[in-house]
Amino acid sequence: MSARSFIAFLAVAAVVGLLGFGLLSKGSAEVAVGDPVPDRALPVLGGEGEGKIADYRGRWVLVNLWASWCDPCREEVPALERFHRRNRERLTVLGINVQDNSVDALAFLDEFGATYPQLRSVGNERSEAFGTTGVPENFLVDPKGRVALIRVGPVDDRFLAEQVVPLLPGGAS
Amino acid sequence: MKADGPKTPSISTFSARRPFFLALVAVLALALVSPALAAAPQTSLADVEDEVMCPICGTLLELSESPQAERQKAFVSALIAEGRTKEEIKDALVEEYGQEVLALPEGSGFNISAYLAPVVAFLVAAIALAVGVARWRREGSDRTRETEPSAGPSEEQAERLEADLAKYDL
Repeated sequence: MSARSFIAFLAVAAVVGLLGFGLLSKGSAEVAVGDPVPDRALPVLGGEGEGKIADYRGRWVLVNLWASWCDPCREEVPALERFHRRNRERLTVLGINVQDNSVDALAFLDEFGATYPQLRSVGNERSEAFGTTGVPENFLVDPKGRVALIRVGPVDDRFLAEQVVPLLPGGAS
Repeated sequence: MKADGPKTPSISTFSARRPFFLALVAVLALALVSPALAAAPQTSLADVEDEVMCPICGTLLELSESPQAERQKAFVSALIAEGRTKEEIKDALVEEYGQEVLALPEGSGFNISAYLAPVVAFLVAAIALAVGVARWRREGSDRTRETEPSAGPSEEQAERLEADLAKYDL
């Protein structure tokens, strides 16, 4: 191979490498039922320190990705709050605020009187980790940290009663 | 009779009036600085939104009209009302929305490639152009040399030509 061909090869390889890096670093990982839930330490929204889904290992967790500017998120908060209060012995509703600013997010929680724990993801990072295409999205996580159910869009009382409750210990009892 | 001449203020007189002079200097300094402060340009929404992104929309904030973008604009407006500078507002936006909120990434780490790539591309193109032009000129010069008329036949060739022509001389 001549020196000129080698330089051309290197240039093409560099361009392809850069394109590949860009695609891999921006690509979303779609989460499926049965997969380990994507998890990392996140700041507590409106509080001190950090938290993660694994902090609730051994319990069922309903992870709710939401943002204050999203209208369907407003619709589902009352149902989530009721579900959290009724089932706190066997499940934790865990909100993860995404693509939002903390001032609006805290005002939103205050407006609806939401009391379940909240974490905060800066920017799109968690949305990409979960492979979401919008907000809200809900992921039911079993006590071993695996995704048991995915709901793209808002939940309501009926969905929670018919789809989530039967999976919990004791079922609908 | 003792006549009093013009009095020179004593040091003790200055000491007594020292607070007055200090107050005067302070007032003058304030009078000079105040217009400068008043003239300091205040950040506007338009000044910020053309340098930051709506991360969800993937477009400049000034071009975005999504609900998320509207909340982001309200967030910026609130910081402007607090008297924050543009850089402080951009820092606050990064803290809330991450690095992707900046239309131009910070010049460190891998992000620096965004600034270096155009410079490197320009240099490579300039070098390639210079090499190409030099080669083109050299080849052109070689071609000219090849097509230049020769000085004519050598003496030996001329003699042979004459001899050959003489054969056919009628």
